[in-house]
Amino acid sequence: MAKLTFKTDKCKGCGLCVDACPKGLIKLANDKINQKGYHPAAITDESACVGCAACAMMCPDCIIKVER
Amino acid sequence: MAVVFDKPHALTDVPMHYCPGCTHGIVHRLVAEVIDELGIEGKTIGIAPVGCSVFAYNYFNCDMIEAAHGRAPAVATGVKRSDPENHVVFTYQGDGDLASIGMAETVHAAARNENITIIFINNAIYGMTGGQMAPTSLPGQVTQTSPYGRDTKHCGFPIKVCEMLSELEGPEYLERVTVSNVKNIVKAKKAIKKAFQNQIDGKGFSLVEVVSTCPTNWGMTPQNALKWLEENMLPYYPLGVYKDRSAKEETK
Ligand SMILES: Cc1ncc(C[n+]2csc(CCOP(=O)(O)OP(=O)(O)O)c2C)c(N)n1
Ligand code: SF4
Ligand code: SF4
Ligand code: SF4
Ligand SMILES: [Mg+2]
Repeated sequence: MAKLTFKTDKCKGCGLCVDACPKGLIKLANDKINQKGYHPAAITDESACVGCAACAMMCPDCIIKVER
Repeated sequence: MAVVFDKPHALTDVPMHYCPGCTHGIVHRLVAEVIDELGIEGKTIGIAPVGCSVFAYNYFNCDMIEAAHGRAPAVATGVKRSDPENHVVFTYQGDGDLASIGMAETVHAAARNENITIIFINNAIYGMTGGQMAPTSLPGQVTQTSPYGRDTKHCGFPIKVCEMLSELEGPEYLERVTVSNVKNIVKAKKAIKKAFQNQIDGKGFSLVEVVSTCPTNWGMTPQNALKWLEENMLPYYPLGVYKDRSAKEETK
């Protein structure tokens, strides 16, 4: 079990976390626009997340906090 | 539950102005993680350059000084020499800053084995000013000032900073890394930590070149920029340790 917390307001929607997840669990929310005008990243299925933090390490803006 | 990843303390909460997916943010974080791990935030002084990372002083929690274009190693020299025991001094510089207008400062600081740490962001372009050709732009690379691709007949060849400095007697440690994927990020952090530890141990000039992207001025998505980096920059700028005097002496 792992828990991800996104600073959604500050996300730039770059998608580097999407490509980094070995399990393909992160998607950009194409139906949402944050304060900065980007489609923010979010996790699709947290129960499948192994808490490896690959997504968080790839993020240039420290948007993702990972707990395990 | 334990926190396995979060923003390091040495980074402020100020949102970084970098373009989406720009690797400057990743390298800032690695430097901050190293400052946290070495417990040196209170005694570290960073020197920010001119270039996209000109606002680095807003992003690091340690003291920061803004240097004139290319002069960061000279400023770092003064700061470090004024109180060598109590300060850890690093510069953070782009390729236009470090390898063009600031090349003299870079070379002489290396030749003097100045006891400072240099984080060198090589994205093969002048990012801040809109994507002009840099001394590090690849042969054939299209930039604002080389719209038909860098022609080596009249623009010469890119400068390989680590290789060039490794010919000097002076420098202690030179390594080229990248942050193109998680594995490389782990290696990059190790090199940055060593470059700080060397200074603490009094070993001297330690430079880590980080092969980086500029998705905006390369005209690519962040993902394609990382791919372009791996396919085009890494063959020209091979990763690895170019000098490590202490390690060499140990094996003698
Ligand atoms: C004395 C002086 N000359 C030129 C400039 C214009 N200038 C600003 S940033 C820059 C180059 C930045 O490129 P680089 O160091 O590679 O940083 P990047 O933006 O790519 O991270 C130049 C030439 C300046 N600010 N000051
Ligand atoms: S922590 Fe690992 S498994 Fe979980 S979303 Fe991030 S990259 Fe995927
Ligand atoms: S890498 Fe960071 S900034 Fe980019 S989309 Fe993912 S969470 Fe947002
Ligand atoms: S212009 Fe290039 S180097 Fe500067 S912040 Fe944007 S992507 Fe990064
Ligand atoms: Mg540059």
